Amino acid sequence: MRDVDAVIIGGGPAGLAAAVRLWDKGVRNLLILEREHELGGILRQCIHDGFGLTRFGETLSGPEYAQRFIDQVEARGIPCITDATVIDITRDKRVTAASREGLVEIQAKAVILSMGCRERTRGAIRIPGDRPAGVYTAGVAQAYINLQNRMVGREVVILGSGDIGMIMARRLTLEGAHVVGVFEVQPYASGLPRNILQCLDDYGIPLYLSHTVTQIKGKERLESVVISQVDDNRNPIPGTETEYPCDTLILSVGLIPENELSLSAGAELDRGSNGPVVDEHHQTTVPGIFAAGNVLQVHDLVDFVSAEAEELADSAAAYLQAGSLSECRLQVLTDGSVTHAVPRKISGEADFTLSFRVRKPAKNCRIRLVQGGETVFEKKMAKAIPAEMIQIPVKASWLKKNEDLEVKVEW
Amino acid sequence: MVKSFTCIMCPRGCEISAEISDGRVCSVEGNVCPKGKDYVIQELTAPMRTIASSVLVEGGELPLASVRLNRPVPKERIFDVMEEIRKVKIKAPAVLGQTVIADVLGLGSDVIVTKNVRKKS
Repeated sequence: MRDVDAVIIGGGPAGLAAAVRLWDKGVRNLLILEREHELGGILRQCIHDGFGLTRFGETLSGPEYAQRFIDQVEARGIPCITDATVIDITRDKRVTAASREGLVEIQAKAVILSMGCRERTRGAIRIPGDRPAGVYTAGVAQAYINLQNRMVGREVVILGSGDIGMIMARRLTLEGAHVVGVFEVQPYASGLPRNILQCLDDYGIPLYLSHTVTQIKGKERLESVVISQVDDNRNPIPGTETEYPCDTLILSVGLIPENELSLSAGAELDRGSNGPVVDEHHQTTVPGIFAAGNVLQVHDLVDFVSAEAEELADSAAAYLQAGSLSECRLQVLTDGSVTHAVPRKISGEADFTLSFRVRKPAKNCRIRLVQGGETVFEKKMAKAIPAEMIQIPVKASWLKKNEDLEVKVEW
Repeated sequence: MVKSFTCIMCPRGCEISAEISDGRVCSVEGNVCPKGKDYVIQELTAPMRTIASSVLVEGGELPLASVRLNRPVPKERIFDVMEEIRKVKIKAPAVLGQTVIADVLGLGSDVIVTKNVRKKS
């Protein structure tokens, strides 16, 4: 049994930023556990640029962004074990990992959850049809092409307009494949507008909104997909079927925070974010267990993941020093206008970053934070889209100390 | 004539509408920073893009090292640049920041390595 002050589950952008900040706050008995052979997480395969503009004032590729943090971890000599898969976390912060040296058992005073997220699959969206080879999630196709030098196909249909799907449309085109089109079930794109332009429009790849795959055909390898238009309730409209011959179907249909371990530790999950319920300290419902990054809420920019993990580290360092953190009795409440909110509990006595997304695109909308029927903050936005997370640095001075906080978007 | 643009200078992706006459930008609206206007002017006259890809690595822990352009190139030359990148094969170790093609096709941009790839032990 190894005793540590803080164990960090996952060496991606959230875990790396948390580790560096914890160290700098004086927490030196640290350990990072990473499932892969290398640190860096999903950034290792995100070779396109556009990372780091907020944090470093320049546009970097994913591996470069990760390396800046890996260098800081190495410069400090922060211990880490790679090829180590955590298989259990208990409520009293005992962590078990399967590693090259066999089972590793760790007793921690604080656990940092930074496992990231996973992709929704064909099973999750229940596409009927055959089960041939050639159907990949966007991240799997990205790993094949960018890490393993394996081309996934030649004639490609992409379902879902998430950022990774659009980025893969460009990547596949650059590598000589023909991308038939990107089909999105919603009436609006789910990725960022800049990716529609620089990944699709630039290469003449059409984006079809309110369309989905209704049939997959093929014996050994994918041979074609049937695409249908959908109505306002996302039901396929009979008679609108078009069959597209293709050998590859890429799914970019959403990300799910990876929380099996959070559940085994007894952390309560939020139905909006699918991540753990956390308070303004990024502490889950289990004292001493914290969460940040995509395991907490799916982000669109890694810069915000790093910032969130650093906020977490500040709280975790304070927890380790004091043995507990100030109580957060006030709830953060949401209605149907937003998808989720982080954090869910606040004290009303400290500054915190409030994160959420609008449920559907809105123009000229108004964001209001309300306590006891009184508006404590208001912001007008010319444009708000689900693809962009909204973050508000909430000041303690705005807040009442005894009323729940409601988040409202009105248009 | 009013033309609309999606700015790609940062993830915000401002929707900019520009008043254009005789191919010149008279006024822009919708951008939150000055980069937006520069982008519209560039986009109208000579659109520029950067790209990222990979090069083969011999004797490395990974078969590929990721690369990118350190400056944008004309949009219509993207596939020519891809052709050049495809010809490159380097020996491990690959070092982040290493130039694999200097001034690719005379376009004023270098192809640089963006990932460390260690030698296979």
